[in-house]
Amino acid sequence: MKLLLELFLTFAKIGLFTFGGGYAMISVVEDNCVERKKWITHEEMLNMTVVAESTPGPIAINAATYVGFQRAGVPGAAAATIGVVLPSFVIIYAVSLFLDRFLELAIIANAFQGIKVGVGILIFRTGLNMAKKLRREPLPMVIFLCAFLCLLAIEIFSLRFSSIALLLIAAVVSLAVFLWKGGGR
Amino acid sequence: MIYLELFFGFLKVGCFSFGGAYGAIPLIRDVVLDYGWMTDEQLTYMIAVSESTPGPIMVNLASYAGFTQAGILGGLVSTLAVILPAFFIILLISSLLKTFMKNPFVQAAFQGLIPCITGIILATGGYMILEHALPQWRPDLPAIALALLLTAILILAKKFWKKRVSPISLIGISAVLGIIVYGW
Repeated sequence: MKLLLELFLTFAKIGLFTFGGGYAMISVVEDNCVERKKWITHEEMLNMTVVAESTPGPIAINAATYVGFQRAGVPGAAAATIGVVLPSFVIIYAVSLFLDRFLELAIIANAFQGIKVGVGILIFRTGLNMAKKLRREPLPMVIFLCAFLCLLAIEIFSLRFSSIALLLIAAVVSLAVFLWKGGGR
Repeated sequence: MIYLELFFGFLKVGCFSFGGAYGAIPLIRDVVLDYGWMTDEQLTYMIAVSESTPGPIMVNLASYAGFTQAGILGGLVSTLAVILPAFFIILLISSLLKTFMKNPFVQAAFQGLIPCITGIILATGGYMILEHALPQWRPDLPAIALALLLTAILILAKKFWKKRVSPISLIGISAVLGIIVYGW
């Protein structure tokens, strides 16, 4: 019970003080869970990062679930996960009560006009950084370009086609190419 | 029933959001625009708020959509839905499927998923800039000026200070520029 509480409190602290999501979170988890508490080893942390990067869902949740489970099984995983989510849940609840009135202030409205453009650039920059890391091979390049052009067309012409369908098609195409090349045997 | 819609809407996001928070934004955009839970403008504001408040961006966006649509219970349902897939996948991988990630079929699927989500993120960001710079294909001069200014700042920071401008600083800078450009 004491361990569960400690997991909960440690991850609540991580959730409360980590801005900027995913990758910022990884270094804070490393500092708390590997260096200070010695809950997991450095190597386990690296493995966890690889898994967290390639599985869906928030990286913070992946990390909390993993560390919690290693230390105290399913209850530990639940305690750490609830801990990491709770602070942002409470903060966003407060924000949701005030955001509309806040936006009525002229200076804030102007600031958000600028932020709209900034957020677009932020997302575009993330996409560019990820694109630089792609393997320069025909299949990933073709899938990347097709996905880019399809989504742009979907947005511009307001077509009804979900990004999830694009992801599933990409996974199936990639698997088909793998099998066709005789992989898996 | 709004709770079920919120649950399944964000469960989909939780299941398919490869590539971290920015991979989730295009999916969240699909879901909230489809159901009419947020406008494009509200979503952009909330991305900025989520970047400037602590915690996972996906959780912040899901709980905000839930709160505004159906109060505290709505927020709870959406938050739970967006984190459940990650929770169970990690439990499975760290208990039963320790070699799952090394399976050649799984790796083959990932070789398709990663470039695809990259293209999706790039197109979403590009479209969001386009949408503000050329609303209804008519140029919006202040927005274009802002976009050019921000891009110049990012490039200069990288060239001369060898520094990557963090998301929070970028949002702070664009807020200040917004006040200056639109305040006149």
